[in-house]
Amino acid sequence: MPFVSPEEFAKEKVAAVQDYALLSWHAVSNIFSRPRYWPDIFTQMDSIGFGSLPIVVLTGFFTGCVLALQSATSLQEFGAISMTGNLVALSMVKELGPVLTGLMISGRNASGMASELGSMKVTEQIDAMRALGTDPIRKLVTPRLYATVFMLFFLTIVADAVGIAGGALVSVTLLGLNASSYFHNSYRALVYGDVVQGLTKPLFSGFIIATVGCYFGLKTKGGTQGVGRSTTQAVVVSSVFIIIVDFIVSRAMIGIFGR
Amino acid sequence: MPEEFANTKQSPGQGDADPAGTIVAYNDVSISFDLKPVLEDISFRVQHGETRIILGPAGCGKSVLMKLANGLLRPDSGTIEVFGQEITTMPEKDLFNLRARIGMVFQESALFDSLSVEDNVAYRLHEDGVPEEEAHRRVVEALRFVELEQAIAKFPSELSGGMRRRVSIARAIISSPDLILYDSPTGGLDPITSTTIIELVVKQRDVSHTTSLLITHRLQDAFTLARNRFNPATGRMELIPNDGVDDSTKFLVLNEGKVVFDGTTEALVHSTDPWLKEYIS
Repeated sequence: MPFVSPEEFAKEKVAAVQDYALLSWHAVSNIFSRPRYWPDIFTQMDSIGFGSLPIVVLTGFFTGCVLALQSATSLQEFGAISMTGNLVALSMVKELGPVLTGLMISGRNASGMASELGSMKVTEQIDAMRALGTDPIRKLVTPRLYATVFMLFFLTIVADAVGIAGGALVSVTLLGLNASSYFHNSYRALVYGDVVQGLTKPLFSGFIIATVGCYFGLKTKGGTQGVGRSTTQAVVVSSVFIIIVDFIVSRAMIGIFGR
Repeated sequence: MPEEFANTKQSPGQGDADPAGTIVAYNDVSISFDLKPVLEDISFRVQHGETRIILGPAGCGKSVLMKLANGLLRPDSGTIEVFGQEITTMPEKDLFNLRARIGMVFQESALFDSLSVEDNVAYRLHEDGVPEEEAHRRVVEALRFVELEQAIAKFPSELSGGMRRRVSIARAIISSPDLILYDSPTGGLDPITSTTIIELVVKQRDVSHTTSLLITHRLQDAFTLARNRFNPATGRMELIPNDGVDDSTKFLVLNEGKVVFDGTTEALVHSTDPWLKEYIS
């Protein structure tokens, strides 16, 4: 890696933040003016939403299973094993459901967006699109952004539900708990603020996944090696951003709802 | 001859071009990448109906010059006028409208690999909301023009390099643009396929009289273009009799980011500049 002066390095980073901010702004605001690419939005919803269902279901289910299994050991020491449903539901809905779904979708879709757009960039297809009078941000980024934000919201609900179901399976079959009591405790544990917190996070995660994935894709340079680099960067940056934003949103929600 | 292209002599860009009929004007244009100057003080004009061949060694800034013409890149200094409009400071949104009047053939074709040949060629028509039936008819005409009708249902990955270049030309001409930019349309092709592509350029030039800029690093292609004309009777390209040259075809030669020649075929051939003489020999 060539040595870059601190001044150049700082300028590059500031320019990157500026480019990212402009891309995000245009991607969001494009939906309010014509032309709108609804077929592309629905195609992306299918690809990002329905296509990601298997990994989200599997991740959510086994996370719920392992959460019940691990927490039971500690709860048993306090004679509170019946609270397993309570712990699984709170953990899944407030934290693990949104974060793990965000990370899984980031791994699957931020990489997909970066590699797809990156390949288009290095083969001049993005320039061809501009030359043909089409705004690539409007055609490529806006549909991915809205599709990801919309679908991640519902994927998180699915992950929460199957996670609680996984916890139930372990609690009933391995821990010998009563299914009715498990679900009753799960339901009672959750209050309005918990659900709002859990469903606010995917909106931010979806935004991060789509904008970061598309940003690195559109900034790709250097042929196929560049596409690989962009893909890796997109997954790393979006995953880190998701966890940082998760902390910020959690803190803000605790401030608002008091839990 | 497809009617669509045979009848496109509707005075391309006349309404917007300046009174002298200038379609493209570069005024002291300079651009650098990573502090390295690529083009320096480039000035030239392309008149209505003119085919301007841009020659020069590899890496002299030909493709950059071409991308500046439709605003894909913006210069560091100087101004560029297209159809009489100053494009260097034009917002991207307005550039999209302007580009609807400019066709571009990319160096590596730049076809959308996830779309079929039909969808690639019809891309601009679909964007403009042209009804499917009419779009299909115009795609067939455009593909007939490049003699590639049979490939309509194929995908770019199933085509050879020459076929992709021809599809790219069909995509560029389907909306009857007022200006066509050919970025090395024969680059990387064998001599026979190159001649086929040049024949299509000659056909487009002589049938539609569309103003165009063409980059090539193959002198043979450049002179084929200057010394041939399209014969509508035979449907093929033929040499202009008595060693004649096409008056509408002119040359711009670049070297190390600067213009070293700007003029007619005759002037280029008889140039006394030592570098130029060596370059075209």
